[in-house]
Amino acid sequence: MLKKLSNFTIKSLLTFSGAFAGITVLFISIFLFKEGLGFFKKPAVEEGYSLYVNSKNRVEDFNSKKIKEIFDHEITNWNELGGEDVEILLFRMDNIFDYYSDEELGEEYEFLAEKLAEVIKEKEGIIAFVPHQYSPAEYSGVKELSVPNITPSDFFAGRDWLPTATPSPLFGTLPMLLGTLLVSFFAILFALPLGLGVAIYLSELAPEAIRKFLKPIIELLAGIPSIVYGFFGLVVLAPLVQKTFNLPVGETALTGSLILAIMALPTIISIAEDALRNTPRAMKEASLALGATHWQTIYRVIIPYSKSGISAAVVLGIGRAIGETMAVLMVTGNAALMPTSLFDPVRTIPATIAAELGEAPSGGAHYQALFLLGAILFIITLFISIAAEMISKKKNYKDM
Amino acid sequence: MRKLILLALAVVFGMSQLSAQKIKGSETVLPITQKAAELYLKVNPKAQVSVTGGGSGVGIAALIDGTTDLAQASRKIKFNERQKIQQSGNSVKEVAIAYDALAIIINPGNKVTKLTREQVEGMFTGKIKNWKEVGGEDMKVVPYSRETSSGTYEFFKESVLKNKNHMSGIMSMPANGAIIQSVKQTKGAIAYVGLAYVNKDVKAVHISYDKGKTYVEPSVKNAVNKTYPIVRPLYFYYLKKNESKVKAFVDYILSPAGQEIVKEVGYVNVK
Repeated sequence: MLKKLSNFTIKSLLTFSGAFAGITVLFISIFLFKEGLGFFKKPAVEEGYSLYVNSKNRVEDFNSKKIKEIFDHEITNWNELGGEDVEILLFRMDNIFDYYSDEELGEEYEFLAEKLAEVIKEKEGIIAFVPHQYSPAEYSGVKELSVPNITPSDFFAGRDWLPTATPSPLFGTLPMLLGTLLVSFFAILFALPLGLGVAIYLSELAPEAIRKFLKPIIELLAGIPSIVYGFFGLVVLAPLVQKTFNLPVGETALTGSLILAIMALPTIISIAEDALRNTPRAMKEASLALGATHWQTIYRVIIPYSKSGISAAVVLGIGRAIGETMAVLMVTGNAALMPTSLFDPVRTIPATIAAELGEAPSGGAHYQALFLLGAILFIITLFISIAAEMISKKKNYKDM
Repeated sequence: MRKLILLALAVVFGMSQLSAQKIKGSETVLPITQKAAELYLKVNPKAQVSVTGGGSGVGIAALIDGTTDLAQASRKIKFNERQKIQQSGNSVKEVAIAYDALAIIINPGNKVTKLTREQVEGMFTGKIKNWKEVGGEDMKVVPYSRETSSGTYEFFKESVLKNKNHMSGIMSMPANGAIIQSVKQTKGAIAYVGLAYVNKDVKAVHISYDKGKTYVEPSVKNAVNKTYPIVRPLYFYYLKKNESKVKAFVDYILSPAGQEIVKEVGYVNVK
């Protein structure tokens, strides 16, 4: 009776913890997408503000990039945008005080909109960046610019990441997506041969005493906080890379890949080693009995047998590298450039989220863009996990 | 820090929660409030103060949500943040508690000692690419910026770049310490940090805001007498309805004792 009761309790406890874990994961992913997807409803101009021009201005076709270039003084004449030959005059809220005194604007700024309208009407080349609250649009001679919302192609194919630029932030994530993939790819390229080598050594060649000593040490590597790796990378690896390849800077994609390779090693080694050691003794002995050497046995029997385990090690290693945050944040230079070589600084998605989320105004376009980046990362790692799951389930002996 | 939180927690659980003050926000302001809270608790053993960082944006967001009483910020509150507070029927008050001077730093091996604002702007917007254009050696300029959402980045953009954007794809570092480390080991580097962070591993250049007529050394002295141009205020924000609750602490920071802390931590006092 008592036994039955305790069995029941344990069973329901286990079910509950399973359900709890499932619901938590579901909740987090729903939260991620919910926060992120509002992004495409955001206007391209900072929320709460609009751009106003003189009503004689004929230029119609605006986008974030053009607005950014105007406010960066890169486009200085309206004729570059297909308008009249008039010089562009930038106007921000604070400039109103160059034209009018505090008293003229009223105690609660009640005359502000009117005065703004006067300025805009007078200056033909003006482009004014003004909060909605003081919108001068109802006055004659003023035209409000209609700027389209941020589109998915701006986000996924854009090449500039300037999330805090005013009046029009740029949210191009392509450089970061490519940066993340580049750094992770090379990390695995470095980590895989080394990791496999160590795994084979540990499972086949190392004497028991060495194995017992080495394996916990390697697994200890996984326990070091990533910020420590990051600092090590910044202080030791970055100068080393800089000197070896004679580069202007040491914070490059290569440095990031090296640090990630070191961090992915323990995962790769311990999973691959477990897989290799799972090869049945009978199989190994059969191979040796047929006259195969130890090396032939390793690469013709043991490795093919444990192929799925090794693939799982690789995939999990990739997962570790793609999601790594702090270490890459420290060593890759975080420049949102389209990566052209391993010696360029790059910016990765996790590093971007870690660095910017703390200061982004909550609920704003920048905040949502970061959540959307998180969603992209989530989808990538989801695919990797599914791949890992499928590979480790598959057991085939066909190639042997 | 931990001691402080523990202390604050113990006090919160031990007594009524009425006068507990939560302060949250900018990492730049954090050293001041931490130190001030410690000393404030010594003077007023009955008071309860807890201080956390997180960033200016986080602090102001917490103020909007009502989870903090005081938000510390190294930038001015943004228009839509202010609007959110107004929508909920409150109004926000702003107090400048200290000034922070930004220093432009380069590698100590670089022979350049002074730059004009226009030259610095050129380097950070990508127009000046080689140090020989500003009288240095023939090597590539490597500008390092802070992360786009830090208050320091925003202030630098406003004051030095005159609201132009940093060049696309600039190297950006997560913290002042990482900036110093990178500048120390990169010969062509140029970057900006708060004056309090400058040490002997890097060289702070003299800056001219009048097109090269006078160059001013970044120092606390020059920031106080207002000859050094790149100086920003650091703020406390609180809701008007909470004024009575936070006033004592705000007053303490603005008092001579509080301003002494500001100086000690390496910032410039407001009074």
